[in-house]
Amino acid sequence: MSDIAMDKPGASVLLMGNEAVARGVLEAGVSVAAGYPGSPSSEVLPAIASVAKKMNIHAEWSTNEKVATEVAGGASFAGLRSFAVMKQNGANVAADFIVNLNMTGIGEGGMVIFISDDPGGMTSNNEEDSRTAAKWLDNPLMEASSAHEAKEMIKWAYEVSEAVNLMVYVRGVTRISYTKSNVTLGELPKAKEKKAYFPEVWDMYSPKKSKFTSGPFPIFHKPLHEKLDKAREIFETSEFNKYWGPEKPELLLITCGACTSYCVEAVQQLAADKKVGILKLGTTWPLPEKLVAKHLKTTKQVFFVEEMDPFVERSVMELAAANLPETCELTFFGARSGHLTPFNEMSTNLVIDALTDILNLEYQERDPEYSKTAQELVQVVPARPINMCPGCPHRATFWAVKTALKLDGRNGFLCGDIGCYSMGFAGPGFFQSRTMHAMGSGAGVASGLGNLVQFGFDQPVLAMCGDSTFFHAVMPALVNGVYNKSNFTLLVVDNSATAMTGFQPHPGTGKLANGDTAPTVDIEAVCKAAGATVEVCDPFDLRNATQILLRMMKTEIGTNVVIMKHMCQLVMTREKIPNQYKMRVDPDKCLSDECGCNNLCTRLFGCPGLMLDKETNKARIDEALCVGCGLCTDVCPAGAIIREEVK
Amino acid sequence: MAIQALTKEPFNMVIAGVGGQGNVLLSAFVGNALLNKGYMISVADTFGVSQRGGSVASHIKISKDTLYSSVTLNGQADVLLGMEPVETLRVLGEFGNPEVITIVNPRPVYPTGGVSYPDLEKVKEAIEQLSAKTSYVNATEVALSMGNPILANIILLGALVGANLLPINKDDMMPILEERFPGKILETNIQAFEKGMAMIAEA
Repeated sequence: MSDIAMDKPGASVLLMGNEAVARGVLEAGVSVAAGYPGSPSSEVLPAIASVAKKMNIHAEWSTNEKVATEVAGGASFAGLRSFAVMKQNGANVAADFIVNLNMTGIGEGGMVIFISDDPGGMTSNNEEDSRTAAKWLDNPLMEASSAHEAKEMIKWAYEVSEAVNLMVYVRGVTRISYTKSNVTLGELPKAKEKKAYFPEVWDMYSPKKSKFTSGPFPIFHKPLHEKLDKAREIFETSEFNKYWGPEKPELLLITCGACTSYCVEAVQQLAADKKVGILKLGTTWPLPEKLVAKHLKTTKQVFFVEEMDPFVERSVMELAAANLPETCELTFFGARSGHLTPFNEMSTNLVIDALTDILNLEYQERDPEYSKTAQELVQVVPARPINMCPGCPHRATFWAVKTALKLDGRNGFLCGDIGCYSMGFAGPGFFQSRTMHAMGSGAGVASGLGNLVQFGFDQPVLAMCGDSTFFHAVMPALVNGVYNKSNFTLLVVDNSATAMTGFQPHPGTGKLANGDTAPTVDIEAVCKAAGATVEVCDPFDLRNATQILLRMMKTEIGTNVVIMKHMCQLVMTREKIPNQYKMRVDPDKCLSDECGCNNLCTRLFGCPGLMLDKETNKARIDEALCVGCGLCTDVCPAGAIIREEVK
Repeated sequence: MAIQALTKEPFNMVIAGVGGQGNVLLSAFVGNALLNKGYMISVADTFGVSQRGGSVASHIKISKDTLYSSVTLNGQADVLLGMEPVETLRVLGEFGNPEVITIVNPRPVYPTGGVSYPDLEKVKEAIEQLSAKTSYVNATEVALSMGNPILANIILLGALVGANLLPINKDDMMPILEERFPGKILETNIQAFEKGMAMIAEA
């Protein structure tokens, strides 16, 4: 959508779930929005930032999710409505602040956090159900079932937040965040006139809204539970909880979030609407117990459909246990019974399969003969592994790493991290990354490994991080390394972008979320100030980059940093920076099977711009994909790949 | 003239391709045109790997009055727009059925990392065998002759609209192209769109 702040109440527009969330933030009159990019949530903040000036909003990319949540918290303390956004891993980072924030309560301004989970790990390296966090952090939780509902829910979440004086957590998943569907626009608020003001302290020992220190806990923990009870009462009558179906269903299907439409479709496909009732919960924690208990009385069989953890399933079974003996005849189906799995993405077909089993129904996806033929014919379809883009500087860095580690010859290895370069554990990074965990963990793990000399450890340790990751969580690990005299070399692959999630600016780019210029935080200067030995190079100068790495690995004390600086090719394309070289393969020099390289360039180096000509078994350039970075010229042992400067 | 209404409720369309080919743009164009005609639309795109050479499929579920989930049920695609042959076959394996209409760009995008591509003629035969009707549109070839391979997606959009399978026509598409392509590039994109319409008429 070109204008997220379109002032046309009642108009129906096609919005991605993340844009609908952003629109909800605008309609709620939010003053401050902060986040850290992470798919599937990455598009929410840019949508807000694109209209921030017009709508008088402060929208920022914070250095990490904890800081983003703190920024939003500060705004709430000063009386403004505030918003924070992140993916599931971000909830872990922000958790330590949130658990204390819920103890103190928020300020006069409502506060909402939108977290988008990624069932099936489509854009993540883990799979995690962040709803559990709502339970252990004591947050009211809502789950959106469509883009339009996400927008409406965000608005209502502010009312709940202000009513109970707690941050409210709205949860999306990939299919909500990234599905585009009809959204009806609502009213935008009038100009913001409220002055931001931090209230004065009234009473040191009173849990009043004017005081935001989380201790002493006996004063605050009891009121927190009273607030949650109040949220539960509000949730009992929420219009986001709905029931469709017969008064006394043979099977009560309890669902929430994106699974709602899967359930509706499954019941429709099976024409089972006379047998099955659907209770869709929009508010899932604290569970609206009276509402659920009322529905449990209408049936003998309950089927839970939710993605990942059996979160609602466990809450409802706990409620049923508390309501014995009147619930003693209930049979439960769901993740616990094995009818669904507590991992991977849900789908209409999975719900259909479970329902046919539970209700003993028949369903045919398509003509069985066709299915048989299709299964045979698709055998030829190859896997299509993801890759780094043509011209990606990470490919150059990983080639330098691979070469340097081989030449060094002491079984050195690389600790990987989160970003496009996560692909370093597989073919695109020549299988060089040997560890990968959370943001910044590469440097942290390397810092530990680099201090094991007394136990006989003698392998060189490299760690890698991107420029955005450096600011997010690597700085503490680097300082830790320097301080504890750990011996490792950190490679900062600085491509001037948060490329994996869509080119969001960060403190090193000199740009703000709204496009304004900003002070540039210089990574080299930060590393030097921390006391590390620092070198900067362009990874496309392969020989130099490799030599620097070899030299760094030879040092026996201290923490080193090599900044591999080269702009992301996608950013270069966006900024219309022309190709540097025109590439071609000289068919006379490419020796094919005679060479002994065993198709090094297309098999191992693997740039998408290179292809193997089946007829000649020689390499050639795919002109539709090559961006003329020239790197493959340095890789070909026969000198057959020719680069010519574009005039 | 475009058809006046959906031929099935809901109507399922899948766009199959490889990251970087422009699925996401195409699905948004089709979705917006249908929304402007009053339909309820649900579009699912694959992101994350979308610019990194992996398989991507966009699903568009269209209804006259109901908002459904975005992903097509197994074996229920009504129209398949294939931007790449093996990706088209991959989607047919999961979502195809004896009635599916397939429009396909026959130009392969080769996988990297030493993965070999199957015999193209065999892939085409398989696509034809699994489709009620198969139309080939040499979109990449024509786009390259126009000077930019990325135009292939707009050529395919023209082919889709020209195939008269959805209740949208060229006039419905024009405002959307105008909004997305300001200035000089509009003319090139309209040319590409019209070429696609002409190509499907002859396919």
